[in-house]
Amino acid sequence: MHELSIAMSIVDLAREEAESRGAPGVDVVHLKLGPLSGVVKEALLFSYEIACQQTLLEGSKLLIEEVPIVANCPTCGERRHVQSIQSLRCAECGTPTPEILEGRELMVTALELRQ
Amino acid sequence: MTLEPRLVQVRKNVLKQNDVIARGLRERFREAGVLVVSLVSSPGSGKTAFLEKTLTLLQPRCRVAALVGDLATENDAARLARSRAPVKQIITGTICHLEAAMVQNALDGWDLNDLDFLFIENVGNLVCPSSYDLGEDLRFVLLSVTEGEDKPLKYPTIFNSADVAIITKSDLAVVVEFDEGAARRNIQAVRPGIEVFRLSAKTGEGMTEYLEFLESRRTRSRASASV
Repeated sequence: MHELSIAMSIVDLAREEAESRGAPGVDVVHLKLGPLSGVVKEALLFSYEIACQQTLLEGSKLLIEEVPIVANCPTCGERRHVQSIQSLRCAECGTPTPEILEGRELMVTALELRQ
Repeated sequence: MTLEPRLVQVRKNVLKQNDVIARGLRERFREAGVLVVSLVSSPGSGKTAFLEKTLTLLQPRCRVAALVGDLATENDAARLARSRAPVKQIITGTICHLEAAMVQNALDGWDLNDLDFLFIENVGNLVCPSSYDLGEDLRFVLLSVTEGEDKPLKYPTIFNSADVAIITKSDLAVVVEFDEGAARRNIQAVRPGIEVFRLSAKTGEGMTEYLEFLESRRTRSRASASV
């Protein structure tokens, strides 16, 4: 389980952003999470609370947006969803899709800063 | 009066720090013309035996070295040192995976220009290492025949992050009734198009094809480095 160290990285990143903008605190951290990031949402939420303790982010909320896997389908010639993480094939036509375009995200997209 | 919170756009990768170090490493490896291969697998799938055999077979004609990560003990480094290649142990303590900074620190004092191949054996773990780029050219994921053919479906993320899959302990395949067709189908389902090798570090079966692949990749990367 590496979610605690991931959570600590999120807290560090958000703290630096908040400090550089002179905010006294953070209410919400928005995070984009892809299924291929290797990070489990529940474990991350649990770790986040611990990582926030005694920081500027204490009491803040981690809002996770889970995004789907998107691949380039060589048959359709378009961006497509895949059947599942266990079956990386085009959801429309079933062709295997080696080229993954989205789904590895582990990104802080926005912060709601206290004024 | 309480002010409304202010929404600011950030868009920063959480593992940016690791990614920056990994990019720097990749550039150093490219400049030195060394092919860097990392190994990931569950504990006990035969990473160290496979690596020891690889180092021993490459040693007569290539300059090879290895970094090996474990939570504790220097046992693996001692085993790998029998190949006479330079080996360094990275002890991660409580951390369940290697990070780019650990690789960078471990390389201190080594001249990469003296190497043709560098192998990095990750901590035995099929979950956490998938998130961390180490600057490697190729990531090998190992699956031993004793583990069960559906492991790729249970750990799709790590298999998807790999460039090559190696089925190890092929000498035991018959005894454990390993269904190679099913294993290959499952690997391809989570990582379409991936190259798969089947071998035994113990008997040497399949090692020749795999070593030829390694050397051809190195020739390719060296050619692109000199451009």
